Amino acid sequence: MTTRTGFSVSRYAPDRGPVAKLTARDSVLRRLDWPMLLSSLALSLLGALLVWSATRGRTELNNGDPYYFLFRHLLNTGIGLALMVGTVWLGHRTLRGAVPILYGVSILLILAVLTPLGATINGAHAWIVIGGGFSLQPSEFVKITIILVMAVLLASKVDAGDQLHPDHMTVAKSLVLAALPMGIVMLMPDLGSVMVMAVIVLGVLLASGASNRWVLGLIGAGVGGAVLVTALGMLDEYQINRFAAFANPELDPAGVGYNTNQARIAIGSGGLYGAGLFKGHQTTGQFVPEQQTDFIFTVAGEELGFIGAGFILVLLGVVLWRACRIARETTELYGTVVAAGIIAWFAFQSFENIGMTLGIMPVAGLPLPFVSYGGSSMFAVWIAIGLLQSIRVQRPMTA
Amino acid sequence: MSNIPETGRTPRVRIRLVVIQVLVFSLLLTLGGRLWYLQIRNGKEYTDEAKNNHVQQVVQPAVRGSILDARGVPLADNETRLVVSASRTELMKMKDKGKAVLTRLAGVLEMKPEDVINKIRLCDSETPKPCWNGSPYQPIPVTDEATTQQALTIREASEDFPGITAEPTAVRRYPAPGKARTAQVLGYLSPVTDQEIEKAKDTDSPFLRSDQVGRSGIERTYDKELRGKAGVTRYEVDNLGRVMGQTKSDPGIAGSTLVTSIDARVQAVAEYELAQAMKAVRQETDKITGRKYEADAGAVVVMETKTGRVVAMASQPDYDPNAWVGGISASDYAALTSKKSNYPLLNRAIQGQAPAGSIFKVVSASAAVRAGHGFNDRYNCSSSYSLGGRSFANFESKGHGPITLGEALKFSCNTVFYALGHQEWQRDGGLKPKKDAHDWFYRTARDFGLGAETRIDLPNEVTGRIPDRQWKQSFWEANKDVWCKQGKKGGSYVEQIAYESCLEGNQLKAYDSINFAIGQGDVLVTPIQMATAYAAISNGGTLYNPTVGKAVISPDGKRVREIKPAPHGKLPVGPETIRDLDKGLRSVVEPGGTAAWRFGGWPQDKIPMRAKTGTAQVYGKQTTSWLATYTDDFTIVMTISQGGTGSGASGPAVRNIYDAMYGLDDAGNQDLKRALLPKPQKTLPKINPDGTIDAPAVKPYDPEAQKVDPEAGGATPPLAGPPPVWRD
Repeated sequence: MTTRTGFSVSRYAPDRGPVAKLTARDSVLRRLDWPMLLSSLALSLLGALLVWSATRGRTELNNGDPYYFLFRHLLNTGIGLALMVGTVWLGHRTLRGAVPILYGVSILLILAVLTPLGATINGAHAWIVIGGGFSLQPSEFVKITIILVMAVLLASKVDAGDQLHPDHMTVAKSLVLAALPMGIVMLMPDLGSVMVMAVIVLGVLLASGASNRWVLGLIGAGVGGAVLVTALGMLDEYQINRFAAFANPELDPAGVGYNTNQARIAIGSGGLYGAGLFKGHQTTGQFVPEQQTDFIFTVAGEELGFIGAGFILVLLGVVLWRACRIARETTELYGTVVAAGIIAWFAFQSFENIGMTLGIMPVAGLPLPFVSYGGSSMFAVWIAIGLLQSIRVQRPMTA
Repeated sequence: MSNIPETGRTPRVRIRLVVIQVLVFSLLLTLGGRLWYLQIRNGKEYTDEAKNNHVQQVVQPAVRGSILDARGVPLADNETRLVVSASRTELMKMKDKGKAVLTRLAGVLEMKPEDVINKIRLCDSETPKPCWNGSPYQPIPVTDEATTQQALTIREASEDFPGITAEPTAVRRYPAPGKARTAQVLGYLSPVTDQEIEKAKDTDSPFLRSDQVGRSGIERTYDKELRGKAGVTRYEVDNLGRVMGQTKSDPGIAGSTLVTSIDARVQAVAEYELAQAMKAVRQETDKITGRKYEADAGAVVVMETKTGRVVAMASQPDYDPNAWVGGISASDYAALTSKKSNYPLLNRAIQGQAPAGSIFKVVSASAAVRAGHGFNDRYNCSSSYSLGGRSFANFESKGHGPITLGEALKFSCNTVFYALGHQEWQRDGGLKPKKDAHDWFYRTARDFGLGAETRIDLPNEVTGRIPDRQWKQSFWEANKDVWCKQGKKGGSYVEQIAYESCLEGNQLKAYDSINFAIGQGDVLVTPIQMATAYAAISNGGTLYNPTVGKAVISPDGKRVREIKPAPHGKLPVGPETIRDLDKGLRSVVEPGGTAAWRFGGWPQDKIPMRAKTGTAQVYGKQTTSWLATYTDDFTIVMTISQGGTGSGASGPAVRNIYDAMYGLDDAGNQDLKRALLPKPQKTLPKINPDGTIDAPAVKPYDPEAQKVDPEAGGATPPLAGPPPVWRD
């Protein structure tokens, strides 16, 4: 293995020009997973259109500029792409060394949310307002941190060839490291993110080859924890109401059940072809709250119909399928575990987000990866794509 | 790295990765399946729900069509009034439920605050009128008589009157041209009820919340045509109710104009003369009861004989139909529906029924001919007819010897018809009727259209009653329990009757038959039935459905649907008998006839008059006066309940109506310039290119106009009856 850039190219080859380098059979560009990249980009751009449609008429949000959110979403996508390129350039292996620092910074950031620096949006005290209209949602980045910190711990001995599977001590340590930020996020309270993190931990453990007892134990603990949290009344009323409304959406159509009802009406009225972009009554009439963020899928459902909304599912499917391939094909457990964590994250968060708009999951404030408006989420998912690309680029050439 | 395979995976990790992949894709499949279920399988349902979500309707009520008389004079139209309305929903949002605003409003409108507050409360079973029985979401009219000044005050200080509007609005008006109220014929409107909206929801003319619906008269019969279609503009609104665009708008269609066959001038004369006749007869003393005549109700019908079109129809007591406009007040409503006022809402021309008395004798004469008796054979008009020990007297117990049926009509001889009725009853088997009994008298009555609706285009017409064997049987079955309980042998008169009825009330007795033959007893007829029958004798035998509506004209005047005269039957006798009847009825106004004294000076050679008087006895009441008359073109039937004799009470009134129509003076001189309607109005009023119809002026009826000017002198010698001095 070479060291300088991690390329498996022989450095005894003749020097090549930059264009030749990029087009060579073994170049980074050629080794990137293009289906995943293009699907992610397509999701982001489709998201831009949907966000535009959802916010065009919301003058109280866009200050009279119908393109405000369109541009912001495109800008976020651009920054996300840059972050991805940076991540690929750094490489997931290089990041290994930075994981303790990342972890520390993450903990500080989410602790900052709990201080007066944090801001409450939609009942969740999960934001840091930076100023100038920018705000940061650290819990999005914490998802990456948890994946990386657990992967480093669980894979180090296995990748070193010292053991076949991580031992109990290592698993326990990794769980403690994951539990700390999760606990803080729980205090915000940002239950949706905690749920995603729990699923990430589960995915990571599964892929790491940790003993079945840990996996089953974790599932048991999750269920037990949920019961305990409810029983102890640790949930806020709005969270309980969301679950109640999920169980019975007709409960209070003007109140708690309103979101779910309107979302379902929006999607259901789309039919096969949809009303056409900008032509959805539910969307233009602003009947669905939080439509540019958590309920962005309703815009697709209403205006683009089964074909458009189904296309989003297909694109997500492509991203996840390529991610699964990457997880399978990499030679190190570290890469596998990181990929599995990202798969668990994307899959569960997408399922929860779309599922709640379709009325098969309770409402939780989670964005739809790539599509929902929101910088922190956009940056985090593109960094995750960068990690996946890095894992793919750096795997040995299978010839 | 020797123990790790090239792919870097232990079997455990490999299997787990497959598990993850399977889980991930089953989640995606679940979403796809649910998406299909919502959008494709149940899509329709959600599309409908979405529609309700964001469409608001604004309704512009259609202007109700006018009702015109035969020449285009409006009997019902609309006027623009300043209507002050209160929005209940807005008021109820206020802390004091709008009390302060309404009190302020009452001050401006010079009304009592509680009256205003009562007007906007919602009707329920416990709330007395006034109350609002329309939709609570609709502006509720507080007054439709606001002055311009009041409306301006409200509009200029709109911040002091939240939820209150003052708008010019088209309001129904019944202008009563020439004092022709035409009240019961026109009917009235009231707001649509929830049940009606629900019922008409899926029909082709659904109701709107703001609609007024015709409740009686032609307003009801032609409600659909007159109502038009309200314009509906559908606005798309967002979740805050802000208007985002107009989706669809149905332009309203104004209601069609209904031209009736009523002639406002003749109507005014008929109404005046009916009221006058009743007033006059109340001054007279009834010889039988010794009391003044009550004349509690009356009706007159003027009809075209060759078409069945109603030229005038009046019913007493009457009312001002404008009382209903803008919501009827509690006191008005109580007055219109109380026993004391004797139910002026009833149109007694079609809803009042009484025994026909002698005007029934045209039916009896026809029945006799059908039974095989010759019209011109001689029948003994004795002074009385005895039956089973009882004697049935002729009117004023006068005999005329052997006479024809025509003369029997002229003298209104009862005994001739008693005998014929009795004879036929016996031929049918008497108390033990034959299987194939002819029942000529009863059958002929039915064939003359009695006992059934005439199918006039007015709602709630009553059928009257033909007391044949079947009716006797069912009436007895319905009442025998009461009779048997009340009845007592040898008790008081009532008890004795009840006793007899209990025993054999189901039998058609000889007594019933002879009574029926002169239109007495249990038989009941309506004025419109008799008018239809007499018109049929006049026109050669066709029974027409009487009609008030003549044509429906679209608001732009382009489409005209004429309501053609429609016959529903033929008289059951041949043309010869009809000619005989006609001759007999003509002799009634000629010297010796029962109505002759009322038709002194009538130009019988120019305008041959036929008439039949009737004085029907009603148990426990004074006699009902009937007068049925016709010329070649018109028939007039008048009745006055508890009004005495036919010629006495109704004669002058009917004569005056004819005089006004033909332009006759008391001496029988015709002045066509003065004639209101010497010939039936055949043509429809002229429709202007813009769809409007000009109304000719209507001069009020002057009853003095036909008095003979003593200086002009030149009266032609009287052609019928005694001289005019006989008139009251």
